[in-house]
Amino acid sequence: MSIRGKACIAGAYEHPTRKAGDKSTAQLHAEVALGALRDAGLTRADVDGYFCAGDAPGMGPLSMADYLGLDRLRHVDSTDIGGSSYLAHVAHAAGAIALGRCDVALITLAGRPRSEGQATGTAPRAGNPAQPDVQFEYPYGAAIANMYAMCARRHMHEYGTTSEQLAWIKVAASHHAQHNEHAMLRNVVTVEEVLASPLVADPLHRLDCCVISDGGGALVVVRPEIARSLGRPVVSVRGAGEAVKHQMGGRLDLTYTGARSSGPRAFEEAGVTPADIKYASIYDSFTITMLMQLEDLGFCEKGRGGAFVADGNLISGIGRLPFNTDGGGLCNNHPANRGGITKVIEAVRQLRGEAHPAVQVPNCDLALAHGTGGSLGTRHGSATLVLERE
Amino acid sequence: MTAMSDSIAQRVPPSPTPDPSTRPFWEAAKQGRLLIGRNTATGAFHYPPRPVDPFDDEGEVELVPASGRGTIYTFSIMRAKTPYAIAYVELEEGPRIMTNIVDCDFATLKVGQPVRLVFVKSEDGQPIPMFTPAG
Repeated sequence: MSIRGKACIAGAYEHPTRKAGDKSTAQLHAEVALGALRDAGLTRADVDGYFCAGDAPGMGPLSMADYLGLDRLRHVDSTDIGGSSYLAHVAHAAGAIALGRCDVALITLAGRPRSEGQATGTAPRAGNPAQPDVQFEYPYGAAIANMYAMCARRHMHEYGTTSEQLAWIKVAASHHAQHNEHAMLRNVVTVEEVLASPLVADPLHRLDCCVISDGGGALVVVRPEIARSLGRPVVSVRGAGEAVKHQMGGRLDLTYTGARSSGPRAFEEAGVTPADIKYASIYDSFTITMLMQLEDLGFCEKGRGGAFVADGNLISGIGRLPFNTDGGGLCNNHPANRGGITKVIEAVRQLRGEAHPAVQVPNCDLALAHGTGGSLGTRHGSATLVLERE
Repeated sequence: MTAMSDSIAQRVPPSPTPDPSTRPFWEAAKQGRLLIGRNTATGAFHYPPRPVDPFDDEGEVELVPASGRGTIYTFSIMRAKTPYAIAYVELEEGPRIMTNIVDCDFATLKVGQPVRLVFVKSEDGQPIPMFTPAG
């Protein structure tokens, strides 16, 4: 059984805030939920499936269902694979709809790390001592930035990737973000400016890192008949793949990501190849994150990502693979330190033809959205979606 | 110690919280030994050591001391208030393990560089296995 064509994304909404000191996390979840339902032309009374992950305060979906007043739920899912959760939720929602478990599934993400002053990427986190890896990592100062930096260093060693090539990913994102009025960083930057920004964790510079932002996003996944009745462009889920990658008991290999598994699964289900994709939303917590996933998804040969991203090849209207046309996590938004849902939202905009005219891909009928959650340097979830406009 | 221009202040690592299954590992560290897991049936090594082998259903896990020799698989210099070098070191026995490289000039560290085991005391005195350039 396949989920191909079994469900559609009818609603997508990104909260415009990037700093929400006067709002609670639960409130942000509620605001994005209403935003996505309004976008779909549906109401809370239509929702019979609810999906959330670790950013939702409370026990799984219970507190949020209560707070949101969702009283028709017959299917819930709180799969948490970090920032890739929401792409997995779309696939799980499609599966649940295909099985008749629900008709209208709501997915929410929200958080306020910026208002809470989290030194998100640079502070080692003590974590829960029952988590078996913590005692073997926390003493060494493992932090998000240095884990990704170690991937970058190894990639450079094996493939000759350069800091200049990584910088091109930020440059492309900034070209897109200049057109997004909500983006945190709207100034177009150059390769030289990325390289001149301070080193955070060698070889990654500050401008290789994504923003820290408050906010959130929501999606509404529905049965295709419902989507076709709503009078909006119909975005169908054509294929999905998931994977988990970790340290493998010390047989660690930091040169690839879970996308090497989740990508082919999604392409196989969709019956398409990377060459067919018109637009790609690819998770960009750091420039190296994007580069490694790009290779693993098959957009270029392994190890050739550096050459692929250089010279503006990711810039809409200029390059071969327009990516993250909202400015991505690098420039626009990274709500709750989780980039997955914004990847789906911009892919939906592109497929509907509702992206900013300056970055809209002409006749964008097939798009990919891909997320990583956790850390490429230790353990992470990986989720890929192939979406199409009917 | 004049070569330590970039690492004059040595970071004092926070202490681990051992659990019942890892107490032998941390006790051995106090004796200057780094224990890794070995499968009694297959001989395969794993790290971090755990009572149930991550690779094979057969065999038992025994804890054995690593030689303490290895090479740097990858590393990053964290530009914190007190900078430190975090790394994965590939042990002679095979496993690639997260660690710090200490007593070194950060600017000279290289992927593939030989390193040897040392222990650095954490906040509560528990020695933590780390590595330093060999020879």
